Amino acid sequence: MSAVEISPAAGTDQEARAEAARTRRNWLLSLPAVILLLFAASGPLVIVLIYSFLTPGDYSGVKWIPTFDAWTSILFSRDIFDDTLRLADAHLTIFWRSASLSLLTTLITFLLGFPTAYFIATRPPRQRGLWLFLITIPFWTNLLIRTFAIMEVIRNEGLLNKLLMMTGLISEPLQILYSDTAVLIGMAYVYLPLMVLPLYAALERFDFRLVEAGYDLYAGRWMVLRKVILPLVKPGIVAGSILVFMPSLGAYVTPRVLGGGKHMMIGSFIELQFGQGRNWPLGASLSMLLLLIVGIGLFFYVRAMSKEKAHD
Amino acid sequence: MEFLPARVDTNRIQPASRKTPVPVAAIETRQISKTFGSGDREVRALDHVSLEIRENEFFTLLGPSGCGKTTLLRLIAGFEAPTSGQLLLYGDDISNEPPYRRSVNTVFQSYALFPHLTVAQNIAFGLEMLGKPKAEISRTVDEMLAMVRMEAMAHRKTSEISGGQQQRVALARALAPHPKVLLLDEPLSALDLKLRKEMQRELKRLQIETGITFVFVTHDQEEALTMSDRIAVMSAGKPLQIGTPREIYDRPANRFVASFIGESNFLSATITAATGDVARVRIGGGIDMEAALPAEAPRSGKVTVAIRPEQVRLVEADAADALPATVTDTVYFGTDTHTHLLLDSGETVVARFQSTLAHSEERANGTRVGVQFWEGSVQVLRETA
Repeated sequence: MSAVEISPAAGTDQEARAEAARTRRNWLLSLPAVILLLFAASGPLVIVLIYSFLTPGDYSGVKWIPTFDAWTSILFSRDIFDDTLRLADAHLTIFWRSASLSLLTTLITFLLGFPTAYFIATRPPRQRGLWLFLITIPFWTNLLIRTFAIMEVIRNEGLLNKLLMMTGLISEPLQILYSDTAVLIGMAYVYLPLMVLPLYAALERFDFRLVEAGYDLYAGRWMVLRKVILPLVKPGIVAGSILVFMPSLGAYVTPRVLGGGKHMMIGSFIELQFGQGRNWPLGASLSMLLLLIVGIGLFFYVRAMSKEKAHD
Repeated sequence: MEFLPARVDTNRIQPASRKTPVPVAAIETRQISKTFGSGDREVRALDHVSLEIRENEFFTLLGPSGCGKTTLLRLIAGFEAPTSGQLLLYGDDISNEPPYRRSVNTVFQSYALFPHLTVAQNIAFGLEMLGKPKAEISRTVDEMLAMVRMEAMAHRKTSEISGGQQQRVALARALAPHPKVLLLDEPLSALDLKLRKEMQRELKRLQIETGITFVFVTHDQEEALTMSDRIAVMSAGKPLQIGTPREIYDRPANRFVASFIGESNFLSATITAATGDVARVRIGGGIDMEAALPAEAPRSGKVTVAIRPEQVRLVEADAADALPATVTDTVYFGTDTHTHLLLDSGETVVARFQSTLAHSEERANGTRVGVQFWEGSVQVLRETA
């Protein structure tokens, strides 16, 4: 009798012990990843955060005197004579340029990427792989090299100008290089695949029979796009926009090479603080600000998506 | 005041013109062909189809998969353009009009409800695209919801309702703009048997209530027989026979129709005389009977006749005017019992009896019997034997 009564309890005890062992083993297995994340990802971030509250060193580095100067100097510059704060116009220009160029890049990649993704998603399944493969080819080459290739295309004696001159559309070469337009072209080119891929993922799941249903119910092409396709691929549009907008905001290589230093964006501006500017705390606070903006953006995205899921 | 005489005039003319009405078909196809692909892989889905679908009619396109019935429906909807031929909607050539300019709506096999919209928003979609005023839209949507008994579900997402309910919403959505013609592409195929029977009656009710011309595509012969005013039986891109369910079932014009709709016995026969649509035939070399003779059928010589299993009668083996036969098998089907017979001429015949009568007709295998057919049950087929 007693043996029968004990055995189920013993069973649960054994199960609990096995469960504990499993948990321990899983922790041990994930330990390298946890250590790596802590020290390689979070560690440097913490250092940057601390530096943003310190005083710049005389030549470089920081002095361990805590201050909010770095954060205030993002938006304001302190008058050296009367110590009053004024809006730092130069900084605002850089922020504005970064934001507007990033938004424009997002818009351009969407306008180019949507038809591309639509085209791929409507190919026969066996052909789609090939098209996606072609989209990812640029990723195989170093970003710097691709940027120089763009430079080769748009410079005064470059491919584009030569072609336009040959066709007689222009008589003088267009000065595209070292302008905002050049930066825009470069960023749109570099980030286009990041827009195409999530759009394709959304369109691939889209039930194209709904397009026929739309046509059947008196919606023309434009209305079908607006009322049926776009609302249903919205998650892909948002994901693609975030994937393009966020890195555009902090882009460094492309604006530096194609914008020629005159048209600075946040990325170059941060780099400047750690180099010639010798203002590490400002660089650190700018970096943290960028991270904050991206973080807030992602937060709203995730919340919007989970809301959408709850609706379904 | 000036208009008054004019109105009187038209009133006087109208009854006169009604006496000689020019019947305009809701849908008319003129020699429509449709081919897919090209070269070696060219597939002819429709082959010079000419047919008329009348106003307020429940018209069914019936046939096995690949017979072209869905292609014809998609052509009427505007999702495909004919390779050649003309498509007329109330006399207007709409062959090249896009679907959104045709007063024709479709109930899709997959329903194709918009998953990002609620039930009510789905029903309102067509009306919104037509630019109807808001008040009218909400009134029509309420009417439609009531008509398909979905009032309680108006604000649900389409993913939150059952298959049968989705079906009703798809119907309401297609009916809401009050199209001239409603197309239904096998809309009941995804429902279970009980729900399907219910929806068959519901569809028929809606068709009568709304007075809209329904064009219904199905491969289910029972569905076609129970709901349709007229049926077009299609095979290999062509309508083989068009007629009322009774005409199609009782007077199948050819072998395909006779075997696709219900079951048939096919026997060889010889025409001995023919007048109008009646022929005198000698069946199985033994009995002489009158048979229905369709147009375009041979009027003399050897032919094939079709006889429904329920029209077969068994008599004593030595009876006069009967074909001698042997019982080979008896199969019980619940409501019916089928008796398989081998005629002495070598042909086989299946006889069907209601199970309540079967005990008197049931005979052991090997029993010798005489086979007779009820008067008016013999149908000559177009194909020569």
